[in-house]
Amino acid sequence: MTVTIGPRNHPAYWAFVLHRVSGLALALFLPVHLYVLALAIDDAARLDRFLAWTEGPLVKAAEAGLVVLLAAHMAGGLRLLALEFLPWHEGQKARIAIGAGFAVAVGLAFLLNAF
Amino acid sequence: MNGRLELWLFVAQRISAAVLAPLVLVHIATMIYVVQGGLSAAEILSRTQGSLWWAGFYGLFVAAAAVHGAIGLRTIIREMAPWTGGSLRLAAGVAAGVAAGVFGLSILVLGFRAVGALT
Amino acid sequence: MDAAPSPEGELTVEIWRGGADGRFRTYRVPRRRNQTVLDAVTYVQRHIDPSLAYRFACRVGVCGSCAMTVNGAPRWTCRTRVERVARRGRVRVAPLRNLPIIRDLAVDMTPFFDKWARAKGHFVPSAAGTQGFAEVAPDSPERRAADAGVECIGCGICYAVCDVVAWNPDYVGPAALNRAWTLVNDVRDGDRAGHLAAAAAGAGCHACHSHQSCAEYCPTGLNPTASIAGLKRMAFVAALKGAP
Repeated sequence: MTVTIGPRNHPAYWAFVLHRVSGLALALFLPVHLYVLALAIDDAARLDRFLAWTEGPLVKAAEAGLVVLLAAHMAGGLRLLALEFLPWHEGQKARIAIGAGFAVAVGLAFLLNAF
Repeated sequence: MNGRLELWLFVAQRISAAVLAPLVLVHIATMIYVVQGGLSAAEILSRTQGSLWWAGFYGLFVAAAAVHGAIGLRTIIREMAPWTGGSLRLAAGVAAGVAAGVFGLSILVLGFRAVGALT
Repeated sequence: MDAAPSPEGELTVEIWRGGADGRFRTYRVPRRRNQTVLDAVTYVQRHIDPSLAYRFACRVGVCGSCAMTVNGAPRWTCRTRVERVARRGRVRVAPLRNLPIIRDLAVDMTPFFDKWARAKGHFVPSAAGTQGFAEVAPDSPERRAADAGVECIGCGICYAVCDVVAWNPDYVGPAALNRAWTLVNDVRDGDRAGHLAAAAAGAGCHACHSHQSCAEYCPTGLNPTASIAGLKRMAFVAALKGAP
């Protein structure tokens, strides 16, 4: 007996979905990110070749996506810390919206500077 | 029921989150700043090499991310893997713990190698 | 029940029949003014198939026994009017989620109350020999916090809508933790630290992801998420202070 999206269609649940998806994506990306940075150990030229590849518009857009996920995960995490460690606040939905707005703004700032 | 384990994992998850939040904010600001005009190995190294500040910053970042990511992955695997309701739950819980441990150690190794390479 | 049929004519009601491996069956029920989902289910049982199993008692939103899944969401069927939930003249009624189905629309509430007990949801009297009434200031923060569980009637809606319960069968769930939060804040209770320890043990309060579906769907308007957050915070501090 599966329950459809129905009862889950409210802001706090969507915020959870975003937090989980962004967290998983960042966890999978992080080892790759660290591996690439360590290329600079023996050969700066290898890192440079990789960085040249990241100049392509598609890769830049994907990077912006990761930046948005990072910002969203951080904003969502701060919201949860406030929810759990501060007295209950009625403006939970407003905080979710502020977090989403922050993530989008960070993504736009990154894109504006990247191109 | 693993008694107090879940409580301590929660404590570690929230403390690592509180450590990560300001680090991520600085990381985001740095990214937006340095992405202008493209990146190069020389440019990155000139900023980070010999800098105790960046070494400490990213060292702490790596340690906190290893803890935070490992606990998060463990939770996701335990809750969302298809075995949730099955009789294999105990074994699966252990497997999730092992997977999380491997992830955390990998981040520590890869991360400190990267920090070492850049500073 | 004697109201004249409204102009809309018939309502199509799909009702879950059987146990976990059952299926939906379709019934046609005359529409009436101000008809509730419980009215429609009762009509099916009285006029179409007397073998239909379901629970209700008070019919006015006091007892909490008629909770079912209506069009995918858990609701008190006695307080849910057909006109508010019917889509193109259809309503789908299923048993509450996250609980074993006994038959048709009746679920076994045993796991729900077993977890209530596991979270130590019972009052512990303070030292014997205490005389007179305990004086609790109505305005004190603890008394206000204790309100969280005082109004709960244990209908199981929060438990049914909670995805953490679905994903982690050990999780004690919103209702039991909401109750624990009330006792942790009850200055008359003799073992408040014990309530906190029980609420934080195993898949207790810290398993909650603050989806807030419990608060979204509680028919009484309670906010278990806020109570659970209070438990998380208190247990966090207690753990760092070395509480057993």
